[in-house]
Parts: sequence; C-alpha cells; structure tokens
Amino acid sequence: MRILASPEWRLAIITVAVFALMAALSPERFLSEGNLVSMAFQFPEFAILALAMTLTMMTGGIDLSVIGVANLSAVVAATLLASFAPAGIGTVESLPWLALAYTSALIVGATAGAINGLLVARLALPPILATLGSGLVFTGFAVALTGGSAVMGFPESVAWLGNSRMFGIPVPLIVFTLLAYALHFLLTRTSFGLRATLYGANPLAALYAAIDTSKLLLRVYVISGALAAVAGLVIMSRANSAKADYGSSYLLLAVLIAVLGGVNPYGGRGRVIGVVLAVLSMQILSSGLNMLQVSNFARELIWGALLIVVMLINTVDWSERRSKQPEVQGKVTGESS
Amino acid sequence: MKSVFNKQFWTRNETLVAVVIILFCLIASASDPRFLSATTLTDLLRASIVLGIFAIGAMLVLISGGIDVSFTAIAVFAMYVATVLTLGTIPSLPWYLIFTLSILIGAALGALNGLFIARFGLPTLIVTLGTLSLFRGFLLTFVGSERISKLPPGMRDFSRSMLARGTTESGNFYALPLAFAALVFVVVLTWFILHKTMLGRSIFAIGGSEESARRIGINVRATQFFVYVYVGALAGLAGIIHGSLGRMADPFSLVGLELSVIAAVVLGGARLTGGYGTVSGTLLGVALIVLVQNSLIVIGIPSTWQSVAIGLLILIGTGLPAWQAKRAAEQAA
Amino acid sequence: MPADVSKRNEESFVHMQGVTKHYGGVVALDGVNIDIMPGEAVCLAGENGSGKSTLIKILAGVEQPTSGSLKIGQNTQSPLDPRTSAAAGVMVIYQDFSLFPNLTVAENIAFASELGNGTRLASKSRNLQLAKAALQKIDVDIPVHARVESLPVAHKQLVAICRALASNARLIIMDEPTTALTEREVTSLLGIIRRLKEDGIAVLFVSHKLAEVLEVCETVLVLRNGKLVAEGPAGDFDAASLTRHMTGRDVPQTPPSAMSEAATDLLKVNGLHKEGAFKGINFTLRGGEVLGISGLLGSGRTSLAKALFGLVRPDSGSVTLSGTPVRLGDPLAATQAGIGYVPEDRLTEGLFLTQSIVRNVAVGRLDAHANKGILNLTSLTAEATEWLKRLTVKAPDVEAAVKSLSGGNQQRVALARWLSRAPQVLILNGPSVGVDVGSKSDIHTIIRELAEQGIGIIVISDDLPELLSVSHRILVMRNGQLVDEIASGTVDERELTHRLAS
Repeated sequence: MRILASPEWRLAIITVAVFALMAALSPERFLSEGNLVSMAFQFPEFAILALAMTLTMMTGGIDLSVIGVANLSAVVAATLLASFAPAGIGTVESLPWLALAYTSALIVGATAGAINGLLVARLALPPILATLGSGLVFTGFAVALTGGSAVMGFPESVAWLGNSRMFGIPVPLIVFTLLAYALHFLLTRTSFGLRATLYGANPLAALYAAIDTSKLLLRVYVISGALAAVAGLVIMSRANSAKADYGSSYLLLAVLIAVLGGVNPYGGRGRVIGVVLAVLSMQILSSGLNMLQVSNFARELIWGALLIVVMLINTVDWSERRSKQPEVQGKVTGESS
Repeated sequence: MKSVFNKQFWTRNETLVAVVIILFCLIASASDPRFLSATTLTDLLRASIVLGIFAIGAMLVLISGGIDVSFTAIAVFAMYVATVLTLGTIPSLPWYLIFTLSILIGAALGALNGLFIARFGLPTLIVTLGTLSLFRGFLLTFVGSERISKLPPGMRDFSRSMLARGTTESGNFYALPLAFAALVFVVVLTWFILHKTMLGRSIFAIGGSEESARRIGINVRATQFFVYVYVGALAGLAGIIHGSLGRMADPFSLVGLELSVIAAVVLGGARLTGGYGTVSGTLLGVALIVLVQNSLIVIGIPSTWQSVAIGLLILIGTGLPAWQAKRAAEQAA
Repeated sequence: MPADVSKRNEESFVHMQGVTKHYGGVVALDGVNIDIMPGEAVCLAGENGSGKSTLIKILAGVEQPTSGSLKIGQNTQSPLDPRTSAAAGVMVIYQDFSLFPNLTVAENIAFASELGNGTRLASKSRNLQLAKAALQKIDVDIPVHARVESLPVAHKQLVAICRALASNARLIIMDEPTTALTEREVTSLLGIIRRLKEDGIAVLFVSHKLAEVLEVCETVLVLRNGKLVAEGPAGDFDAASLTRHMTGRDVPQTPPSAMSEAATDLLKVNGLHKEGAFKGINFTLRGGEVLGISGLLGSGRTSLAKALFGLVRPDSGSVTLSGTPVRLGDPLAATQAGIGYVPEDRLTEGLFLTQSIVRNVAVGRLDAHANKGILNLTSLTAEATEWLKRLTVKAPDVEAAVKSLSGGNQQRVALARWLSRAPQVLILNGPSVGVDVGSKSDIHTIIRELAEQGIGIIVISDDLPELLSVSHRILVMRNGQLVDEIASGTVDERELTHRLAS
C-alpha cells in the first residue's frame, strides 16, 4: 500500500485510530466539548517545544536546552511583571508591562539560541554537548534568579495567553497554529529553510555548495530559542507562575513528537504536518489515558515505548542516511559511522 | 626523550581538570581551614561512589561510540525491585545477595538497550531517552511508587559497614563506607577489561571506526551488546548502593543525575565521537563534579549557582578541545 | 600479441574459474578466469563500474559468486566467507585502509592477528613484537607507539600492509593503493612490493591508474563491464593500450580549437603559498581557455584547487578575477566573485544524495529566485529543469532523489548547479571519475562548449587522454610547485606521462 510508504500518511492513520480508540473507550467524556476544548488548551505548550526541536533536528542537530530556555525566559518575564505590575493592578495599566515582559522573554530566548548557535557553528561543538551544557547554564540562571522557588503574583492580563479564547478558539491553539504554519512556510518556501534541510542532509556538501553554514546554524538555534521562549510564556500563563524546573518531562516529549512526526534525527528530512499530527496523537493518547484513570506514570511508560516502536519502524529509512553522513560539525546522536 | 610536561600534557583534559580541582581546594581551604580534613575527604568520597560507578559505565558507552542516558532509570528500577522482592520473599537475605539481585536486574535492562542498539542499530541517544522513560514509567506504574524507608536488614547492615572511621584531632567524626570498595572494584575491573582484554580493545576499536572493526572480523554486535549489559549491571550496583546508603528506596530518586554523570565523563576527556576515554580522566571528572555539587559554598558560590557551574564546566571543558581541533583543521590543506 | 596465458591449476595460489556475479538484473562479473601464482604481482586495471570491487569482494569472501568456482591455496574452496578467506591468507587493504585512528601503530598491526588467534587477553608486549617483526620485514621505520591518526597517509598505508603481514597474508589485495601517495612514496611502495614478492606473498593491485606500477607487475589483467578483456605480461602493455582496453575505444587525440587572440586575462594567481601544500604558484587563465593541471597525487593540485575556491586558506599570495582581488579562504566570497568548483568526490562532497535532483541544481540559485528570502518555487524549478535539459541529464522525475541517477548523470547535475550561476571561472576536479565512457566524452564536449562561451576552465585530472583532449595548456605540478607548462598539440600521451613522472 503506497499510502503506508509516507510517514505522514502513516501518522494520519495512527492519529485517527488513537482518536477512535479513545472515543470508543470512554465515549461520553472523551467526545464532550469540554474535553476537546481542554485538550486544545493543553497541548500547545509542548507542541511549540516540539516545533523548536524539529528545526534543529532538520539540520542534524538537537536542542537539549529548550526547557531551560523556556523556563529562563518565563522567569525573566515573571520577575519583571511581579516587580512592576503585581497582581491587583488594573488590566489596562498592566498592558505596557505585559508587552515589556513578553518582549524581554523573546529576547532572552533569542539570545540563548544565539549562544547555542555560536557554540555549534563557531566552536564546532557537537550540538548534544553544546545544548546540554548551555541548558544547565540557562536553568542555573533561572534558579539563581528565583532562588529555586516559583515566581508568582501577576496581573490578570497574564492569564489571557494561556487560558482564554478568541472567536471561540483557545488562544494557545491559535498561537501554535500560527507558529506551525510559519515553520512550515520557513522550511518549504524560503531559501533559509531549503538550505537548512540541505545542510542536514549533507553538511560537507553544503560547504562545497557555498552555503554560509555559520549563519545558517546561528539562525536555526536563535529561532529554536525564540520558540522555546514562547512556549515558556504559555506555560507561565497557564500555571500562573514561573519556576526553574517546570516542564522537565517535556524534553523527552518534544523529541518523541519530532521523531514520531517523521523528522529524521540525522537531518535532512521532516515535515511540519507530520509533527502536528504527532502532537495531536500524543495529546489524544494522554487525555484518553487520563480518562481511563491511568496514572501519570504510565504516560511516561507509553511515551518511552512509543518512541522506541516508532524508531524500529523507521529504522529502514534512516540506516541508509547514517552510513553516508560525512563529518563536518560533529555528531549529534553520538553515533559512530 | 621529550619531557612529559610538554604542550600536549598541559592541554589534555585530565590535566586541566586536575588543575581546576587543585585550585578549587586551595581556594576552599583558604576560606575555610576545616576544608582539608578527613571529614571532608570522606564526605566527598562517599558522595562520589554512586556518581563514580555511573560515570565509569557512561565512559564505557562513550568509548564504544554511543551515548546512554538511561542508566539512572535502570539503577532506580533495579534497586527498587530488588528491595521490594527481598522484602516480599526473604527479608533476611544478606546484603551481597540483594546486591547480586539488583545487578542482575540492571544487566537484564541493559540487555534490552543492547537489543535495540546492537541488534537493531537504532540511534543511541534517542533510544536511551526512550528506555529511560520506559523503565521509569514501568517502575512507577507497575511496581510501586511509594518511598520505602523500612529496608531489609541486609541493606541496613551494609550501610553501617565502614572501611575506615575515626575522629579527627579537632573532634570531628569521619567515616568511609564499605561501599567505596565497590567503586574501587568497579574501577579496577573496568580498567582491566578495557586495557587487558581483547574485548576491551575491541570496544576501543569499534569506537574508533565501526566499519574497520567489522572488516577485520570483530563481532561488533556482540561487543556492543556486552557494553550495554555491563553498564546496566553497573547501574544496578550503583542503585542498590544509593538505596542502602540513603536508607531509603525512593523510586523518584536518581533520575535527573544523568547530566552530571555525562558532564563528569566528558570533562575527563572521553569524546562523544567514540574511541577515547580514560579511567583516570573520568575519575578526575567525577571528583570535580562532586566538589562542585557539595562544596561550591565553601569557595563562596551559593549552591543555587550549581547548575550554572556545571554547565559552564561542560562548555569550557569540551569547548576548548573543540576550538583547538577547529583551528587545526583550518590550518590543514 | 597475446602471451601464453595457460596457468597451471595445481600451482596457482588463486584459481578463479568462470566466476559470474549478478546483482539483481545487473551483471557485475561475467565468466572471469584468473590465476595468481604465489609471489606474483598482478595488476588489475579497470574503470569504475568495471567489476573490480565485486572481484575483490568475492576474493575476500564478502560476496559469493552466482556461478563459477574459486580456489585459494591448497585447501580453501568457494563458497568462502570473510573468516575462511582471511584464514587462507587473503588480506584486502581498502582505500581507506580500515585502520583504527585512536589506537597505536603497534596495536593496529597486531589486532587482526590477535583476534584470529582467539586470545582473550590483550598484551602490549605481544603487539610490539608482532609490529616490529612486520615492520622489519618491509624494512620500514615508523614509531610504533604513535596513534595512527597522527600519521601521514603513506605511513598509514604501510601500517595496513604490516597488518596484513602480521596476519600471515599470502595474497595482499590493494585497492587503489597509489591514490593518496606522492611520487616518492609510490617508489618506496614499489620497493616494498618487491620485498613481499621475495617472501612468496602475491600482490594484486586493483586500480584505474596503473602507469606508475606497471614496472613491478608480472601480469596485467583488464576488466571492462565485468569481462576480462585483456591479460598478459606487463611488458606487453603501456598506458595507451591499457586505456584502450579499459575504455573500449580510442580516445580521440584532437586537441581543442585554438583560442581567439582577443581572449583577455581572466584569473591571475600570484605567489600563492601554503605550508605543506604548495608554494610559489603563479599562473594566468584567459577567458575561454581550458587549463589542465596534472601531477601525481600528493603534488598539491587538489589543495590548490580548493585554495582557489576558498576551502583552503593560503598563507600568502593573491588571486584576482577580472582585475578584482578575490578574498581568500572564503568559499562564499569566491562564489560571489564568480568562481565555481565541482569537487572530486561527487557522493560525499558534491551532491546531496537524498535530496531531489531539482534541489541539487537549484541550491546555487536560491537567492536569485527569492524575494526577501521567500522563494518563487515555480521559477526556481523551471530554471533548474531547463539546465537539466541543456546538459541532457536523463531523469524521468526531477523530484526523485539524485542518488537514483547514474554516475554520468550525477556529474551533469553537479555541473548544472554551477553553470546556472554563470561563473566566470569553473574549476573541475576529476570531472569524469566514475563516469561511463559515453558520458565522459559528452562531458568533454560540454567543457569545450563552455570554453567557447568565454568561461575560463581549470581541469584537474590524472586522466591524461582527457587532459590532452580538452586543454589548451597543461600545467604540471610536483611537490607543490608548478614545474612544467605544456601547450596542447605539442605532446602525445606517452610524452606527457614521461613529463609527469620525471
């Protein structure tokens, strides 16, 4: 069946199947509007992180610092708000501070990304090590800024990003959709995106094709950092606080979603639609399991199992790419080739 | 014969780490004279047991050309299951049998990693990210999620056995647990395997060039499988020691330490690309990480900056050699 | 005139009879009969795709023949596997030498042998013993404690040879052994081969460039399209006849048409110098000129080519294009200035194998079809497809991955990418390596046409007939310096070979 040949189609079938399964197992609750809406509020925060992971993976790299960046950005924004626009302040009054806080978060995210980009592009550090180390540094700064506790006390306007609706659609969902489309456009319709994909396919050939690999990698990681910052802001809004260690399980989830979505961790292949479908599958699975009163721990179990199963299935597609991948920027996944 | 203290010596990872450790200790003892005492030493040694065993295992995986982040989950799984099994069947089991049980469970879980990596050839970082969640999720879902503080007497006895104990001149108590001997044993055994057996040399060979290893007839799959089983066994040992010394079987512990372990190994000179790694370097890396984790405050840095310190160490410790390599490559024709 | 090629079955070390190998529908080897006597040096010549690597794999036991028989030594019969083949004494030294860069010379040499013994414990002293013995056998001095990664290429090859010796090789197969050696190193390699022969060890040279090694071989075999098309004593062959057998045709020796008088100086290279690679390079390339650069490998020609394109940074010197200096050490600057480079290794350096044909061509023109970064995919694809047509690339589906194309078509894709940028200077490194005969002459025609349009072309090649056929001038490099300049039409292949080697 040719339809099974494309990972994205396989994924679409899986998504539908999972949805049907969950609906069948608890029809009244799963198919209720309340549930569907609540799912739409829950997934964007980790979905945006998955988008960030997708971009770096397309270049054959990985960004293990996304959680650290998300938290640091949120902490910076939160500290600004708590200091200058504490709870109780009127909504209109708080707006300029909100704008400042959000902008600062994005700047923090982009700067963090730039640091990653410099480490990977200029120092030729393998992305795993660069983002492992930088992630610790970013998380560490967040810890230092907060002393380890949560930052709270925001004006009501903060809640808008993560909890309200626009035209009946949850705002986080709108944000995610816009970002997903933007990434899709970036990857398929811009010279930057095409170059990123080609670089991931063969970094050495990219050099010979006169692609500015330094600039490319820098941009990739800056975008990843900015996306992580947005995710951090969504998390902050939904949790109504910011802390250095929120979302620690999201790292695995982001990698899982990217891989499940058909992104090749060795680089050069991946489509945003696949990632979107993967996100939906994971959320449906998660909510469904919740309804079946399956514990949170089982979720971890299922994610881990799913990641391995997906890779087993995809292994044929990738083993070819791996044996031909020359060394330029160092290894991502620690493979010897 | 050139002096051993030439440029190459000074730029080696191990030397740099050793220098940093010495500096650290100097600053620490300057700010707090009690730092250089038997108490501090034994405290630090105790803190390095579990980390050290993990690091030796992680080093082995790096040498073989892979990277494993699931060992903490294996450790806590093995520890918890061994504890629960003992409590449920033969509570009076002596500690060495409980330990053997934990090691075997760890080895079995490692074998699963080996299956995916050696047999199916899946990318190691992502697979072990998956098995990390798989093992931990399985543990918490199907085995249990409560912290057990009433440990089997065997484990309690072990935690009370000391290699050395006493009181310093200033009246401070120091004690080095028997568990430290386990670290020593692991270090010696691993060193022996790596340097004195063809198996160990094959691990280096595979890390250096998997394709060449295949061509001269090394059984790459079997060797890789061994690596992951061995690391799993080590993790089982580390886990049960952690449980004993901590007087608690906590299924939520240990996971999260992976980063510090990888940091230690990488600082010690093991390369992500495989084929390189020394026991001495890894131990030095462990020592530095342990110092940072436990004694940062003594040199005046609050412990909230711990992560930053470790992160910076990783970046500098790996960034320097990477930058040198890049410079060398640019000079090349 | 064919020599007496009847060999005595019982005495030969390798006896291959009627060996045929099919891979799916492709016939890689067709009824090949080979005999190799102990202590005999045999040269196996053939172009890429002639079946050489399949032959090696069958001898090494990595592949099984579809039909035919293979006997090695007294006791070993096909079907073989790598272990039995190695046990019988067949050792292959691949082009990449298959060494362990992170281990020492001694350990590399001893590894296979220790492994074969089944010993469990590793012994540094045994390694040293084996290594020293092997090194002594070929009378070579390499620091045994050095890590292989720190050795120069020629020494790595020696380590690989020693490894074969330490494993009691009776037949050493060398795959493209002279590829990475300088002239001096080739001479010393030949000396070593002679010594091996004295010990009764047979050597099989497999290569597509054999001019250098003809003197040490007793027998020459030529493969073409899987068939053994010529065999005989080495004395019966010379470079020209070898090429004729390998390619199946006489390469026309017509030099290109003379250049117009009005051709201006395009590229001026002045005093280019790089420690360890090349020095004092001065030359001028005129518009519409095809300049050939040759030299035995190791002469620095690839370094020079890369330096012109910015992939290698020279220590001093200058490059000027149409009067404007080009910033050195920066491929982007070189590209912007109008210099293009088609690398030697198509598969790893030139193309993005898993990406579509269109993308491989279009990558050179992204900025031209982008408005503030956003691509006009229609025009991009249209232009790329146009170039594919112009270069007659046979590709039914331009969105298919480029790895699905044949070598000749792949090379055309690489050319198309650079041509679409309308470069002023195009540097081609080994333009027809691994390309079938028909495509080769097509590529030469393309080169000639480009020159007629006024593009300055530098062709780097060891394919002497190719150089003679397309170049207006040929520069010879040796040990990093330009030592000779030859105008086209003034020499033939034999003379050129001589000038290169002298």
